[in-house]
Amino acid sequence: MEDQEKILSEVTDSDYKYGFQTDIETETIPKGLNEDVVRLISSKKEEPEWLLESRLKAFRHWQSMKMPKWAHLTIPDINYQDIIFYAAPKQGAKYESMDEVDPELIDTFNKLGIPLEEQKQLAGVAVDAVMDSVSVKTTFQDTLADKGIIFCSFSEAVKNHPDLVKKYMGSVVPYTDNYFAALNSAVFSDGSFCHIPKGVRCPMELSTYFRINASNTGQFERTLIVAEDDSYVSYLEGCTAPMRDENQLHAAIVEIVAMENAEVKYSTVQNWYPGNKEGVGGIFNFVTKRGICKGDNSKISWTQVETGSAVTWKYPSCILRGNNSVGEFYSVAVTNNYQQADTGTKMMHIGKNTRSTIISKGISAGKSQNSYRGLVKVLKGAENARNFSQCDSLLLGDKCGAHTFPYLEVDNKSAIVEHEATTSKIGEDQIFYCNQRGIDTENAISLIVNGYAKEVLNKLPMEFAVEAQKLLALTLEGSVG
Amino acid sequence: MNEVNNMLEIKDLKVNIEDKEILKGINLTVNAGEVHAIMGPNGSGKSTLASALAGRDYFNITHGKVSYQGKDLLELTPEDRAREGIFLGFQYPVEIPGVSMVNFLRTAINQKRKYQGLDPMPAGDFLKLMREKKKVVEINSDLTNRSVNEGFSGGEKKKNEIFQMALLEPKLAILDETDSGLDIDALRIVANGVNNLRSPETATIIITHYQRLLDYIVPDFVHVLYKGRIVKSGDKTLAKELEEHGYDWIKQEVEYGNA
Repeated sequence: MEDQEKILSEVTDSDYKYGFQTDIETETIPKGLNEDVVRLISSKKEEPEWLLESRLKAFRHWQSMKMPKWAHLTIPDINYQDIIFYAAPKQGAKYESMDEVDPELIDTFNKLGIPLEEQKQLAGVAVDAVMDSVSVKTTFQDTLADKGIIFCSFSEAVKNHPDLVKKYMGSVVPYTDNYFAALNSAVFSDGSFCHIPKGVRCPMELSTYFRINASNTGQFERTLIVAEDDSYVSYLEGCTAPMRDENQLHAAIVEIVAMENAEVKYSTVQNWYPGNKEGVGGIFNFVTKRGICKGDNSKISWTQVETGSAVTWKYPSCILRGNNSVGEFYSVAVTNNYQQADTGTKMMHIGKNTRSTIISKGISAGKSQNSYRGLVKVLKGAENARNFSQCDSLLLGDKCGAHTFPYLEVDNKSAIVEHEATTSKIGEDQIFYCNQRGIDTENAISLIVNGYAKEVLNKLPMEFAVEAQKLLALTLEGSVG
Repeated sequence: MNEVNNMLEIKDLKVNIEDKEILKGINLTVNAGEVHAIMGPNGSGKSTLASALAGRDYFNITHGKVSYQGKDLLELTPEDRAREGIFLGFQYPVEIPGVSMVNFLRTAINQKRKYQGLDPMPAGDFLKLMREKKKVVEINSDLTNRSVNEGFSGGEKKKNEIFQMALLEPKLAILDETDSGLDIDALRIVANGVNNLRSPETATIIITHYQRLLDYIVPDFVHVLYKGRIVKSGDKTLAKELEEHGYDWIKQEVEYGNA
């Protein structure tokens, strides 16, 4: 048992592998938030009047709101006047080839293990790399354009496809939705836009690597994915932030619209800086992710591996409006040291024969708190709705917490809603069994944790699954319970 | 004592669990090529001895020395003991949900190879090795495709221990009541596994409550462990004697001898 203590403390000593800062000159605006700042952001981005109006409406609404307190999280007050709301890498020009890209930036991606060069050649992954708030490099656009697929930064979409943006932006997550959605709608900097036309299967995984880089900068990403009838797309989002002492705010919005027979898979590996072992620093991650299965027989599938951030507040959800539509949520959330996560999903069954599946695997270590919070709501008209939820918690050590807050609201008698939950600890017996076969404790934990999370990891696209497995091992390095 | 043959030498080993002394001075020498059976009534300390040799940390070693192939065994971590060739067949093998047998054993073999300075075993070679060893223990392919021990019957778990032993090819195998709860067919398979491993370079310690396994695996030495001490040693005929007369006469001998 002494060993456990030792090993547990070793975890806490393990450094954040991605802690480095790229010295790229950034253009920032003064700290603080007011209408002028909102106007400034909009003008810097040369936005049309309607978008500025939309930002201002959101900002005024946000001012009337209070930060929600219902989550099982302890968060210090955030001083919004002490945050820089816009930062763009100074060299704003677009590049035709990799030679033109700042070598430091390429180096950053190399350290992340996602060299653009390689990604261009390998795997067929198109990368829209978002460094802070402006897209620096977008690849594969031509290939995609041949299929009529639009995959670009949000700003570009505003310029080149204003009708689509105007039509769908805020249609799934209105600015009135919640405090952080209102904030994002007022100050969002950039993000990704993706439109898959009718009948098109996107031939490659679309991938965006987000990265908070400039010091003390809030990151307000906005992503919009629209899949027209009979289309398919798989979208990968990865986040890694360099080490920083002050808490950083991250409030993103992701909206997905799936029309008839369309399918959208959205996968995330989130590895923002979690703070140090004393719980100082780290990202505050408040994300609103929601998709609507608008058309019949449509499907939206969320898969997330959450290993980072000091605070995670995130509930990727599905509105199942079309008949026979399907919503899925697969999640692995790992917390260590003083990390706090309150994450889960909402499945809103509106259409007939709608089905949803929720698989949530929480892993807590150190002194962390890990909560699952989920709502399954079956509305009156949702004949034969089905839901299956499974929420498992795994504890490492005896100083961490795992909590489950499932909410069920069923207004239709034909609905079948199932909920299963388990809590387990990695046993000394399991570790010793592995040790006795020559497997050291680090590897034993990695094996056991990956085994535990397998159902979810299997849902990730190949190239992500490997990274996710490594991340799990890294996050829990040396920890035993 | 021939130094070359000397596999394991236990000298006056005393082991506590919390404040209770379980082993009160064990002396035992096991040479390469030998099979030792350790018998004794329940609670005599047999499993404690097995676990202490494997390095289980809640056993507190208060006194004594154990050398294994000339190394100080007690200085080694449990995983290094395993990598140096010690295998413990568990009395109660644990389940590890979600971890496939293939993944588990490949990790085990490759960690050992890394320790020995070797490259990981190519996947093809590993699968071939698995197939070979599966035949030895007549283990169902289905079992090796499942998670480690998950949903295995008692007998399947024990067969799985022998399968792992066959695959990892230990120098010193310690089998902790591997025979308990086995039907006659499983017993034969377990015995085959052990006999296959027998060679002039390897040694086996069989911990058992009953004599019947020793009909299949003939031991060179039989020791009786009672109240934390080895109170009697002999050849295979000692096991027969215990089978016929039980442990009472030993207990009496010890009690009167001490009085």
